Amino acid sequence: MQPKLAVWKFSSCDGCQLTLLDCEDELLEVAGQVEIAYFLEASRAVVSGPYDLSLVEGSITTADDIERIREVRRVSGHVISIGACATAGGIQALRNFADVRQFTSVVYAHPEYIHTLDRSTPPSAHIDVDFELHGCPIDKRQLLEVITAFLHGRRPQIASHSVCVECKRRGTVCVMVSKGIPCLGPVTHAGCGAICPAYDRGCYGCFGPADTTNIPAFVGALGAAGMSDFQLVRVFRTFNADAPEFRAASTAAVVAAEGR
Amino acid sequence: MTHSNTGSRTLSVASLARVEGEGGMHVVVRDGEVRDVELRIFEPPRFFEAFLRGRAYSEVPDITARICGICPVAYQMSACQAVENATGVSIDAQVRALRRLLYCGEWIESHALHIYLLHAPDFLGYESSIDLARDHRDIVERGLKLKKVGNDILNLLGGRAIHPVNVRVGGFYKAPEIADLQPIAERLRWARDASIATARWVATFDFPDLTLEGDLVALHSEHEYAINEGRIASTSGLDISVSEFSEHFGEEHVAHSTALHGRARAGAFTVGPLARYNLNFDQLPQMVKQVAAEVGVGQECRNPFQSIVVRALETVFACDEALRIIEAYEPPEKPASDIPAVGGTGHGATEAPRGLLYHRYTVDAAGIISDAVIVPPTAQNQPSIEHGLRQFVQDRLHLDDPELTRQCEQAIRNYDPCISCATHFLDLTVDRG
Repeated sequence: MQPKLAVWKFSSCDGCQLTLLDCEDELLEVAGQVEIAYFLEASRAVVSGPYDLSLVEGSITTADDIERIREVRRVSGHVISIGACATAGGIQALRNFADVRQFTSVVYAHPEYIHTLDRSTPPSAHIDVDFELHGCPIDKRQLLEVITAFLHGRRPQIASHSVCVECKRRGTVCVMVSKGIPCLGPVTHAGCGAICPAYDRGCYGCFGPADTTNIPAFVGALGAAGMSDFQLVRVFRTFNADAPEFRAASTAAVVAAEGR
Repeated sequence: MTHSNTGSRTLSVASLARVEGEGGMHVVVRDGEVRDVELRIFEPPRFFEAFLRGRAYSEVPDITARICGICPVAYQMSACQAVENATGVSIDAQVRALRRLLYCGEWIESHALHIYLLHAPDFLGYESSIDLARDHRDIVERGLKLKKVGNDILNLLGGRAIHPVNVRVGGFYKAPEIADLQPIAERLRWARDASIATARWVATFDFPDLTLEGDLVALHSEHEYAINEGRIASTSGLDISVSEFSEHFGEEHVAHSTALHGRARAGAFTVGPLARYNLNFDQLPQMVKQVAAEVGVGQECRNPFQSIVVRALETVFACDEALRIIEAYEPPEKPASDIPAVGGTGHGATEAPRGLLYHRYTVDAAGIISDAVIVPPTAQNQPSIEHGLRQFVQDRLHLDDPELTRQCEQAIRNYDPCISCATHFLDLTVDRG
């Protein structure tokens, strides 16, 4: 029997599950290797669980989500979080730094219709997760590697070094050294292929913090490249704002700004 | 799902498939009459308009792209134009052409996705394109290859297909060289033929009778098929500038949806491919008009089921237009215009694959956003979808629940609803009493 694959969506933009449909050359082959048992964006056919492999997109933002992610864990052999929303809470985790009631009143005329949690959290805050694949969006080669690895019962080979290594491999001249463009590459998890510097802009941290970084030291270099404390707060508060290392960096920058 | 013979009925589908995002539908039937139809959107809110306050204008294209992974370019384009409008910046003609080329990539990708992977299986009685591929692998492979050509444009010009990195307020971080675009031109010539074949294929489907009532709204430009600029026009004769959008269209917050409903002063209206086609047929190249005539779609088309054909025609157009742009391209002097340190309020509207997308920002002289308004196409279409479904269900009450559900889902997919955009789940419930 083919292994059963399920794709679950929580609060997100749909981009990470779209990444699977964006595997134009491999999609039909993947569909030949696994039974796509639950993937609402692609099929109205729903095969009941349990599922061998569950991909989870999105963050947990409602009380119902908490129940649902526990159910996903219960019916799944392996659970893999895909993307910044499912690994760090996503951009909607900016509420974690603010008052969600105030956010609601800015967007909605009837805040009483809206039921949402105060914080946006990754599935790992609620259940055990077998693997987290980073990125906003995730990279499709990495997604195929993770699916292949779990289907063969091995650990995925996903590098945990920084974007800098990818720039060197790509042959891109360092934009921070040569042009003085502030770049989060030294502290950002690899996986995108170092796209931004190849387009003459600094990395803006879509893949979240790399595994071993010294962000406080790096922040000094960003300051020397001309970034204000206010800019430092914002640059760490985007798609991975509530990843612990980025949260610490932006919080430190807030303290520094208030001290001046 | 329940079904009773008392003349009252409740139909319920817990999750509508093959749409972008999550929503549901609830239909109430009493004494053989449809009393209420609600398109329920319970995608949890993500509060973009709130957390954009206090951000720098330069961050807006990267942040608003994250509203939707299916049409990030639409968000980036409307956002850039609104900020440029607020700061009084003009854009180089070649940069403008590159933006149109990038947008053609998103139209090709999104339309091919919707036609082949989301909508065609409905017409042919399959649960998914994967099932369709078991019987018609060559057709699905053509669709995937066509989709990939759209993504090739996005990858080259944007750096990646989902959440492109190369877009900035004022233009691009880096503009391509002429030689960079040539390999894509080759693939676009194939894609133009493949999209003509797509139009011929989808035109053979059976289309249930249905007429889309009410006003159709789209950008309109005299000299081109409008994508990223123009005036806002409608089939009832509306002709306003983008900055007048709020005076004519509002949003309303209803209890069953976390997406705000679009409301026009004049009632329910529809945006999207049918609106564009009806308003801008004259601006299509002769070649596309010929394909339209060949596949039997006239200058006016108000059957929402035929929107799949119109999407195919727009894909032919987007491939042709992308080729035209590449052939005429010369690299701009600078990839982006400088943005002056002035404050103001600006408006931007562009044609996302599923319809008009409006942004408004107020920026201060230091470049910080104090107010943001984003009106996505699916939110505007929500009342129109509900209105259209009411008659559709009424005419099909003799069907059993599974079949009625299936047909309702197909009808909803006519609009290519992007619930992630609108905030974001289709859970169909029909209450028959």
